[in-house]
Amino acid sequence: MTAYPESSVRKTLADPKLQLAIYSSTGRLMNHRRAQVAPAALPDYQELRTQANLVKKHTIENLDHYLEQFEARVRAHGGAVVFCKDGNDVSDFVLKLAKERGARLLVKSKSMTTEEINFNERLERHGLEAVETDLGEYIIQLAHQRPYHIVAPALHMTRYDVAELFTEKLGVEKETVPEKQAMIARRTLRQKFLTADIGVTGANFLVADSGAVVLVENEGNARMSTTAPKIHIAVAGIEKLIPRAQDLVTFLKLLGRSATGQPLTVYTSFLAGPRRASEIDGPDEFYVLLLDNGRTRLLTDREKRQSLYCIRCGGCLNACPVYRKIGGHNYPWVYSGPIGAIITPQYHGVMHDPWLPFASSLCGACGEVCPVKIDIPKLLLDLRSEITKAKAREGKGRIEKLSFRMWAWLMRHPKLYEMAGSMGAGIFGDGERKGWVKRVPGPMNVGPLKAWMSQREFPAPAPKSFRQLWRERRRTNGA
Amino acid sequence: MERDVILHKVRTALGRSAGQEPTLPPPARVVIPEAAAEDRVKSFCAALEALAGTALQASSKEEARDYVASLVAGKTAVASNAPFLAECGVTGLAEVRSGINGREELRELCATADFGITSAEYALADTGTLVMLSSPQEARMVSLLPPVHIALLRRERILTGLDELLSLIPLPAEQTSSMVLITGPSRTADIEQILIRGVHGPGQIHVILV
Repeated sequence: MTAYPESSVRKTLADPKLQLAIYSSTGRLMNHRRAQVAPAALPDYQELRTQANLVKKHTIENLDHYLEQFEARVRAHGGAVVFCKDGNDVSDFVLKLAKERGARLLVKSKSMTTEEINFNERLERHGLEAVETDLGEYIIQLAHQRPYHIVAPALHMTRYDVAELFTEKLGVEKETVPEKQAMIARRTLRQKFLTADIGVTGANFLVADSGAVVLVENEGNARMSTTAPKIHIAVAGIEKLIPRAQDLVTFLKLLGRSATGQPLTVYTSFLAGPRRASEIDGPDEFYVLLLDNGRTRLLTDREKRQSLYCIRCGGCLNACPVYRKIGGHNYPWVYSGPIGAIITPQYHGVMHDPWLPFASSLCGACGEVCPVKIDIPKLLLDLRSEITKAKAREGKGRIEKLSFRMWAWLMRHPKLYEMAGSMGAGIFGDGERKGWVKRVPGPMNVGPLKAWMSQREFPAPAPKSFRQLWRERRRTNGA
Repeated sequence: MERDVILHKVRTALGRSAGQEPTLPPPARVVIPEAAAEDRVKSFCAALEALAGTALQASSKEEARDYVASLVAGKTAVASNAPFLAECGVTGLAEVRSGINGREELRELCATADFGITSAEYALADTGTLVMLSSPQEARMVSLLPPVHIALLRRERILTGLDELLSLIPLPAEQTSSMVLITGPSRTADIEQILIRGVHGPGQIHVILV
């Protein structure tokens, strides 16, 4: 069980450079999105969201059918599908294949699913080199960090951080101009692409009627990874399926706009199997590794299984007032922000990070921007309720239970309630009648009340209670 | 086998049984707007140029060839095997290597050439996108490895958008192992959200409409 990472959160909040980086980057992404989903730019945005939700709901509720259809189509085109229980199954398969083919170098394009299972570390332990090729992921890999954001992994780093990192890890002259830094990465990674034995990608979508892996990107590194090496391996969660190639019309219009405010990203690759006999280039071998890793457990809950509709646009992170303050690394898993707060407890068990669903102001911004209409605020509440029940079962939260019982008793005794009310007004109202209560008297300033008051104020109680006013009016009206 | 275990877990979670037919899927949403040919051309050029691509209009095949000649003058270029390029006379230019069918040879050339020249199956007017289908005529590398990509296509191949594309080709996998949509030059914003072009793919893209 993890505890709320208070000291690390405070460190993030106290770092002005980091605060500026998070705030301005998420703000920019949010503005780009807003311009592209505005009625003038995309009049049928709401219809598209509804359609995307319906299609995902249908797919998830018939998932076994679409998994089998997908598998059959991949096979028909000469590829293979491998079902994997967890990260071990994935790395076992890749290691075995690499050994059989004598492969040593893997190039990777950005994939949250491989981050989820620590793919690179698993392979490195066995002497294989797996190089990230998305610029942001490459930077993060050199720095031995995990992604800060689902679509912008190095969002927290400045050009000066990158300059130092490149000098230290690549032995190049210090270079602080981002264009030139990108060219250093291009040169270094071009060599890797041309010599790699295996290209590993994730999948934005798996298309059941085509047996196709769809990849969406801006740099060209996913195209490189699936064009240059002889073997292409895609690692994808079982929830990535959509029924038909035609459904891409809906999802592609939503994904780029929600993620970065692009009507379409620069490259969209629709890859169905190894190269055909007459085609000049492309991989000779094509594998899709379908990962469970806890997803079948999420599937059992009728209400919460909608978490599996997520297309990883990162829109909810940019819109979230909590993410925008505490950033990505204070979340306990690779999935951060509101979507992380609802899927992490479902993958790891609600009591693994029991504070996580409570780290939200429930403002609803995440639900509003979600392109597939996942009701994130509702799921946060459901998880809170589950956690509270689980705590009660473990005998925790006794004080909370006791206070609610006292409150209920008080509410049933009007005279006592009134007395308690005027006592409260006496204590809190003192000297701050017109303003806000900022602190409570010393002896009461302990425990949960102290924690609550350290971040909040509440309005000072009125000089006269409602009951008092009621009685006085009745008297003057002569009733 | 892990396959059967996972499928069994999925079915148990959903209350379905093996071989059970799926429920009726919601119909795919495809909305094709009306747009005159001239408007599609205009829209395509505007969208591509907004992404820092270049759109050139040629009134004849010869003019298209001359455009290419002026772009590649004194540099090296690789052309795909698309018949349209030969029709335009592009493959006859001194700077242009073409007719390569070996993977390794093509790779060597693409890795060093200044320009990659291709045709395109279709283009999408609303987003300024090129639609590339991999085939013996059109290898994947030519539009990917060189720092500049030049594409020639017939004006009438411009479709309104994704909706029209996927209603024309509802099953791309029947035709090709790879359909790639290219929307502008390669770019990244991974360092401080600063836009940089040409990080892995071509940093420049010129489309010549014939």
